[in-house]
Amino acid sequence: MDALLFQVLAGLATGGIYASLALALVMIYQATHLVNFAQGEMAMFTTYLAWSLISAGMPYWAAFFITIALGFALGALIERIVIRPVENAPVLAVVVVFIALLVILNSIAGWIYTYTIKAFPSPFPKEPLFGIRYMSAHELGAIGITLVVLATLYLFFRYTPLGLAMRAVAQNPQSSRLVGIRVGWMLALGWGLAAAVGAVAGMMVAPIVYLDPNMMGGILLYAFAAALLGGIDSPMGAVIGGFTVGVLENLLGAFVIGNELKLTVALVLIVGVLLVRPSGFFGSVHVSRV
Amino acid sequence: MSRTNVILLAVLLTAACALPFIVSNYRTFQFTLVLVYAIALLGLNILTGYNGQISLGHGAFYALGAYCAAILMDKMGAPYWVTIPAAGAVCLVAGFLFGLPALRLEGLYLALATFALGVATPQLLKYHHLEKWTGGVQGIVIAKPEAPFGLPINADQWLYFFTLAVTLGMFLLAWNLLRGRIGRALMAIRDHHLAAESMGVHNALYKSLAFGVSALYTGVAGALGAIAVQFVAPDSFNIFLSIMLLVGIVVGGLASISGALYGALFIQFVPNIADEISKAAPWAIFGIFMIGFVYLMPTGVAGAVRLLLARRRSHEI
Amino acid sequence: MKSSFVVGLMAVALAAPAMAQKKYDPGASDKEIRIGNTNPYSGPASAYGTIGKSITAYFKMVNEQGGINGRRVNFISYDDGYSPPRTVEMARKLVEQDQVLFVFQTLGTPSNTAIHKYMNMKKVPQMHVATGATKWNDPKNHPWTMGWQPNYQSEARAYAQHILKTKPDAKIGVLYQNDDYGKDYLKGFHDGLGAKKSMIVKEVSYEVADPTVDSQIVQLQQSGADVFFNITTPKFAAQAIRKAYDIGWKPVHYLNNVSNSVGSVLTPAGLDKAVGIISSAYLKDATDSKWANDKAIAEWRQFMNKYYPDGNQADVFNVYGYTVAMTIAQVLKQCGDNLTRENVMRQAANLKGYRAETLLPGITISTSGDDFAPIEQVQLERFNGKQWELFGEVMGGR
Repeated sequence: MDALLFQVLAGLATGGIYASLALALVMIYQATHLVNFAQGEMAMFTTYLAWSLISAGMPYWAAFFITIALGFALGALIERIVIRPVENAPVLAVVVVFIALLVILNSIAGWIYTYTIKAFPSPFPKEPLFGIRYMSAHELGAIGITLVVLATLYLFFRYTPLGLAMRAVAQNPQSSRLVGIRVGWMLALGWGLAAAVGAVAGMMVAPIVYLDPNMMGGILLYAFAAALLGGIDSPMGAVIGGFTVGVLENLLGAFVIGNELKLTVALVLIVGVLLVRPSGFFGSVHVSRV
Repeated sequence: MSRTNVILLAVLLTAACALPFIVSNYRTFQFTLVLVYAIALLGLNILTGYNGQISLGHGAFYALGAYCAAILMDKMGAPYWVTIPAAGAVCLVAGFLFGLPALRLEGLYLALATFALGVATPQLLKYHHLEKWTGGVQGIVIAKPEAPFGLPINADQWLYFFTLAVTLGMFLLAWNLLRGRIGRALMAIRDHHLAAESMGVHNALYKSLAFGVSALYTGVAGALGAIAVQFVAPDSFNIFLSIMLLVGIVVGGLASISGALYGALFIQFVPNIADEISKAAPWAIFGIFMIGFVYLMPTGVAGAVRLLLARRRSHEI
Repeated sequence: MKSSFVVGLMAVALAAPAMAQKKYDPGASDKEIRIGNTNPYSGPASAYGTIGKSITAYFKMVNEQGGINGRRVNFISYDDGYSPPRTVEMARKLVEQDQVLFVFQTLGTPSNTAIHKYMNMKKVPQMHVATGATKWNDPKNHPWTMGWQPNYQSEARAYAQHILKTKPDAKIGVLYQNDDYGKDYLKGFHDGLGAKKSMIVKEVSYEVADPTVDSQIVQLQQSGADVFFNITTPKFAAQAIRKAYDIGWKPVHYLNNVSNSVGSVLTPAGLDKAVGIISSAYLKDATDSKWANDKAIAEWRQFMNKYYPDGNQADVFNVYGYTVAMTIAQVLKQCGDNLTRENVMRQAANLKGYRAETLLPGITISTSGDDFAPIEQVQLERFNGKQWELFGEVMGGR
């Protein structure tokens, strides 16, 4: 029984990691109806920027917020400079651009910072909270921060005119333009926000998995699965999906199938769920009238 | 087909046949790999370009074909040419079976399912219960086939011609398939599946068949690739292979047969060029090439060629 | 015109006897020696690419200091992305197009397996392969292939023997990377335990694509193991060390040689969390304060500062690259003017007690006609919170 509980706790901890990146993926999707494969690498890159700031002596929280701003700027810039020219290209062409971004960011990070792992500081206390040893204070804190980001995003999209405008642009750019919304700026804003969320994710993840250019590779995979499991257009779904995937992966590996196949089985299960509920747990079901 | 096209094709064919006698063995080997990728890309294009089903996991079928060839040759002593149809048959069935549940998934969700397949492939190949057949992490080493009937060409050249013959056959088959009823049905499903269904096109059957045929092509390519490289190991067939295949068809040109060849040239040679330009960050250069190609030719090289030819024709009028 | 032709002919004829002593295979000449290499500069194993870069820098230094026997070294290194098909392609390019004299330090077990047969068929030396797999020491069947570093299996056997000697009632838990490297260590460990293999109560694996190994560490603790054999690469080793400490699991911890760097593994994990870890070494760890005033390490630092300033001096791979390059330089020096492939192999198999000073004291490089394993010795060491303390005898080798 203990073993089960410990694996669940460990699973919630890793699930928190997946949830934070899944949130960024959903953000980009809500703003642009595209899945950004380079999201993980963007998060990794901004985390390296944070590391540079902290190594230069800046206190943690100052670096934290400056990095969020830098992430936002990076995301908006990428949208304006890299994505804009292919706006009207077929979807798959845009996917290739995302893949190109992924390899470029990964390669440049490796070149500038080398591949040796770096420890990234955590703002949370070192001792485990409440005596729970299977989840460090940082892991609990990271989950907390993810939930705060989630709440902020929910409020933003639901109750602010800007959020409404962004959703409109994603759903129907032509009509939005007709109503006077600046479509281009909304897209840039969407990317900026997603990158900012990604930056937070990266800074929460790095203390756990250690900072190196390939940090986000495996996580992106699970985050993608988590986002789709929860419903690609539901931020809350992304977070719940993330925890589900984390716990599922741990339980499968420890008790069911062994670590050799846990990746396979976890993904098969997720696909299985999607077969039953094609839009994920909390996604909006699209009914098309014939 | 127009007369210019026929002439162009004849020229290309002649050049292809002359190639191994003009360039070194090493280059012949590289061009054999180009042909292998061309078949794989054609397969993926049938599914994604012509039928609109995104697959991020075609590396799995490539791996399946490769291991079929390796196991048949190494563990069962089968001759190399048997492995090609065998790999094709196994992958046809596997693709069809995968395509059936995939019917329920659209767009992104299908992408995830295929992504899962692509990611899971190395793990499955390393699974220790299958080790007796797959050789586990050590992989399987394959012997290179020699030229038959004592022909005066070396093994590399023979393999090139063998691959060329298979490529021509597969391309011809695809061309026939795609310009007829089946091709139109596939494209109709891609463009507007509701209208297609109401016109009597059996969506489910065609979509699953598309998966099967596409897997067949990629599996044949995998088998040929394994024979060319003479080695299969689980980590050669990771998700990156699937992603490279997708990049190949986009850069080459979606829904285009010639696009498969352009894409194959791209994914075979451009990484080498990028490596020569920068040792420090080779993939960054490769990524820049990818972006460059997509910017300049959003419909792929084939699309750009088509545009160029159309413009020339319109000027002649 | 005609007379100058005759003069030229005479000059060649006169020079011929002098040239008869020099023997060259493709890749060698009066002016240069071409050496080929493949390394993963991209892809999932790109962390190892720094080895290729440090070797490139070493030869730059050698060339600036006059070359080897007056010849410039042209080190041609290609990226293979750790993908065996690319390795095959690049190896063929090196041998058939670039016409290198030999191929050196190709990295990775699957990559080297892919070209093993080809290199031996072409009779081109596959020198000092950068992998610890055991199969490269096979002069009878593969006379053109030679390893360099102590192989993984013998290292694992050393740990097994230590456990049998010091803790015969141990319950062992093993964490291994699910690839050739991890499985090779595992095999050596099983062999070393022999009949006592049942001491292993739990074996868990992980993939390089996994984000963390936290779940696996929890599984190992739950199995009741009190000895832990940790077969992980640097990132996961750091995670494992930290997680074990955090959940209060304090086994006797054996850490594999690939991941025991003070600067790039123990420090991120937390030096206090790594106290008591046992590992083995054959190279000096530049981040270990024990070697702070060591002459060889100081020379290495000068080399890094001048020729590879982008390189990370906390990364033991850069000491590895430097040392193995030094070894091949020695082999080439011994070749003198006879730069045939056959002579390169002969000289490589003729190192008797050669010492590169960045190796630990007492460890030498020796080869012979039926011993293609240059370095076989390792020494066990224990981490005391600040440095690695070597203990016991230098093990293995002749």
